[in-house]
Amino acid sequence: MIPFWIILLKIVVVLGVLMTAAALVTFLERRISAFIQNRIGPNRVGPQGLFQIMADLVKLVMKEDIVPTAANKTVHDIAPMISISIALCTFAVIPFGNTIELFGYQVKLIIADVNIGILFILAMTSMGVYGVSLAGWSSNNKYSLLGGLRSSAQLISYELAMGLSIIGVLMVAESLRLDQIVMHQTRYLVGWLPAWNLFVQPLGFVIFFVAAFAETNRLPFDLPEAEPELVGGYHTEYSGMKFGLFMFAEYANMITSSALITTLFLGGWHIPFSENWGVSPLVMSLLQVLAFCVKVSIVVFFFIMVRWTIPRFRYDQLMNLGWKVLLPLSIANVLGTGLAILLISS
Amino acid sequence: MTLESVIFSVLAASAVGSALLVVTRRNPVMSALYLIVNFFCLAGLYLTLHAQFIAIIQILVYAGAIMVLFVFVIMLLNLGDERKLSDGVSWKKIVAAGFCAALLMEFVYILIYSEPSPAVMSASMATEIGTVEYIGSQLFTKFLFPFEITSLILTAAIVGAIVLAKRKLD
Amino acid sequence: MSLNIADFVSSSPLMAVTATALLLILVEASRKGRPGLSFTLSMAGLFAASVFAVVNYSDEQIVFFGMLRQGWYANFLNLVFLSAAMLTVLVSKPYLERQGAHRGEYYILILFATIGMMFMAGANDLIVVFLGIELMSLCLYVLAGFFRTKDTSNESALKYFLLGAFATGFLLYGITLIYGTAGTTNLEAISKNLPTLSSQWMFMVGVGLLLTAFAFKVAAVPFHMWAPDVYEGAPTTVTAFMSTGAKAAAFATFVLLFHQVFQFTGSKVNDLIAYIAAASMVLGNVIAIAQANIKRMLAYSSIAHAGYMLSGIAAGNSEGQTGILFYLVAYTLMNVGAFGIVGLMEKVDDQNLQLDDYTGLSQQRPFLAALMAIFMFSLAGVPPFAGFFGKYYVFLSAVKADMTWLAVVGVMTSLVSAYYYLRIVVLMYFRDGKGDVAAQPAIPALVAVTSSAILLLQFGIFPSFIVNAVQKLF
Repeated sequence: MIPFWIILLKIVVVLGVLMTAAALVTFLERRISAFIQNRIGPNRVGPQGLFQIMADLVKLVMKEDIVPTAANKTVHDIAPMISISIALCTFAVIPFGNTIELFGYQVKLIIADVNIGILFILAMTSMGVYGVSLAGWSSNNKYSLLGGLRSSAQLISYELAMGLSIIGVLMVAESLRLDQIVMHQTRYLVGWLPAWNLFVQPLGFVIFFVAAFAETNRLPFDLPEAEPELVGGYHTEYSGMKFGLFMFAEYANMITSSALITTLFLGGWHIPFSENWGVSPLVMSLLQVLAFCVKVSIVVFFFIMVRWTIPRFRYDQLMNLGWKVLLPLSIANVLGTGLAILLISS
Repeated sequence: MTLESVIFSVLAASAVGSALLVVTRRNPVMSALYLIVNFFCLAGLYLTLHAQFIAIIQILVYAGAIMVLFVFVIMLLNLGDERKLSDGVSWKKIVAAGFCAALLMEFVYILIYSEPSPAVMSASMATEIGTVEYIGSQLFTKFLFPFEITSLILTAAIVGAIVLAKRKLD
Repeated sequence: MSLNIADFVSSSPLMAVTATALLLILVEASRKGRPGLSFTLSMAGLFAASVFAVVNYSDEQIVFFGMLRQGWYANFLNLVFLSAAMLTVLVSKPYLERQGAHRGEYYILILFATIGMMFMAGANDLIVVFLGIELMSLCLYVLAGFFRTKDTSNESALKYFLLGAFATGFLLYGITLIYGTAGTTNLEAISKNLPTLSSQWMFMVGVGLLLTAFAFKVAAVPFHMWAPDVYEGAPTTVTAFMSTGAKAAAFATFVLLFHQVFQFTGSKVNDLIAYIAAASMVLGNVIAIAQANIKRMLAYSSIAHAGYMLSGIAAGNSEGQTGILFYLVAYTLMNVGAFGIVGLMEKVDDQNLQLDDYTGLSQQRPFLAALMAIFMFSLAGVPPFAGFFGKYYVFLSAVKADMTWLAVVGVMTSLVSAYYYLRIVVLMYFRDGKGDVAAQPAIPALVAVTSSAILLLQFGIFPSFIVNAVQKLF
């Protein structure tokens, strides 16, 4: 039995890393976008402008918190809290490494090892709608409301495709546990190709990736906050740290999505061919955590690149893509996977 | 009191409390939000019964999918204060309330004084029942037929929704 | 555990209707605006299912892991549902064409509702009962609102939906409590443990809630409020289907649960059912007298007929069951027939729905008037039509079960009912018409109405045909 304090330690470490990373990504996004657009970007505060994060944080905290008179004050306050807590909760079931020997205990590098892991993530994602739509409604502003409604419609539409695209992975791994899914990807196909679901479930990977963009409200799917149409979308009436929480939640969500993509499709913490290296278990564990972080960073980088390369969808195009392309494709993927499994096993 | 009974009482009390708030709030959005809180409490209660799968499905389906649509529709209709809709107290309501109270008393009496029914499941069985594996195997063997009927119901419901809501027919 | 072919063979009527319904969806999706094809296909599917039902008639089997019981009982009722559906489909085509609402979805929904009914009659598990009721009701809610632009149709759909959902709540709570005490939803298992279970109050509360839910579904007093408005507002052919198929299905489950599973013969439960039956007979028949709209009149009459059938359940003996099943056949035929003629008479915008509009029908459409007279005589319970024998068996069972008072109430209220049924006959034959009552000609509807009149006569003169088929059941 692992003592309580180790679990607490895991929670503290993961939360700390996640929040730091989210803050770091905001900075990275500004620098990368500047690079893409041939600008310089923030580079004055600290080395390479790294302390810009601190400056931004201080600015957000010091700003006045404005609540519109006609707003529903309670809900207006609760909405950003919902967003941020959901964004942070989701990470609880993602395995960021294999087991590690720590203080004499075999510790699994996952906060909550529940047998319904993937469903927990889906449930939390579906909860995420409330933060955005309540923010939009409670502001009592038509642009905010439109943003909130768009976000509800968008998230519902893409959740279906997202959930269905995972089913293929679950069928292959025969488990809902994320650590089992990762374990299943540590095998090799035809002797040399790692059995990452990227190769086993390419269609599922593409669908999941696209849906993940929509679920995190990132460009090209950032309709809920489309500036030219909706001023600022659902967070038009937010200021100060409450606005900051929304931004923060968005980046935390992005990292969680990247971690999820890594876990489900990119082999999680698995380093291909590392079985033959013969390093000590402790080093191996640390390397695996490092591998996980590297993989997540690559996906995050991809997220940012896409945002600054691809223009925004029109709203009807977004709905068409979700319902008429991704959903049928993901159902076809489930059928195809089932057929393949049947053929291989018989 | 054991930890389990403390958790149970807290969850049960907040479930009942939020259920009461659902029906007493004037603002429909607030009612919907308390209903979500209620669903979370129920999910918690399922967890105390080792039914992880049902608990998460409760959140995923009810709180996550159905209630989102509720909130969505309420926002879209922009429903205002409900106060205008109420038409005061009439003798019919008083009679109805009397009947309801009598019925409630009877139910409470029966619940308190009826013998507890014999346990059908053993304790080890009870933990197994909540798992995904068990539910999955039951759903595709013993309960396959009802499972398929629900798919028929959903198909019929889709046809019905199109009949009632499609903007232009033919 | 695994499925085998026998499961599908013995439930082939069900499978045939399901396959037809799914096929119709595909047809509708690919061939827009050709409802004639859907009409033909649905008739073919229903007919095929009836053939399967006859072929499998005596094959008693528990199939699909104890969920369905296919055999005498299910197939007898399947035939009732299928004929109700076929007659309705035949009557509907000209009616919908005239009302400008002939769309293929109508047939899909009728078929799905029929599937729900067949689940209800063949259920061997409370879950299947519940799902069957839901499938049937969901389709009927939509069908009631099928005339989307009419306020009355929308009102009917909404009322039916809200009250139906309410009844579903009762049903589910009942099932929950029964499951809580019995530990199973399987009807055989419950029936086996009944002696121990029925001493538990919680179980009896569950049974009471089920009783409430079914009283709602068959529109028995005091849960009848929805029936007149819903029957009046819904499209006439849908009303025909609702008042026959849906009622037959509800009674099928009622008999299944309260006769075959919960045997409370001579207990307080059956007394309660007897009171409900008496109240329905009295209220339905008395209020029907005051109605000027023929659909409302038939709605109140259907409440009364629910009362007659309930007395068979209250009696709780085998005569009661025979009576109800015979009654269901007769009632389906005469009610589809009566509503079919109402549908033939009805013009656009709810014209020609008053009783007065039938004045002098015999001069202009003698054949139609004669058929209507047959249905009215049969509804009133005049021999030699099948309606008479239905009442006879039901009241006989009440007398045998020492409920003579119930039979007396039944006979007295039947006399009252003769007044309003025969009034239509008087109007048609002994009054001069205003001139403009002519019904629109429509071959399929005429075929349906005529064949139900012929069957009514046949079963009225030779009741033993049905009685023998039914008595094999028990």
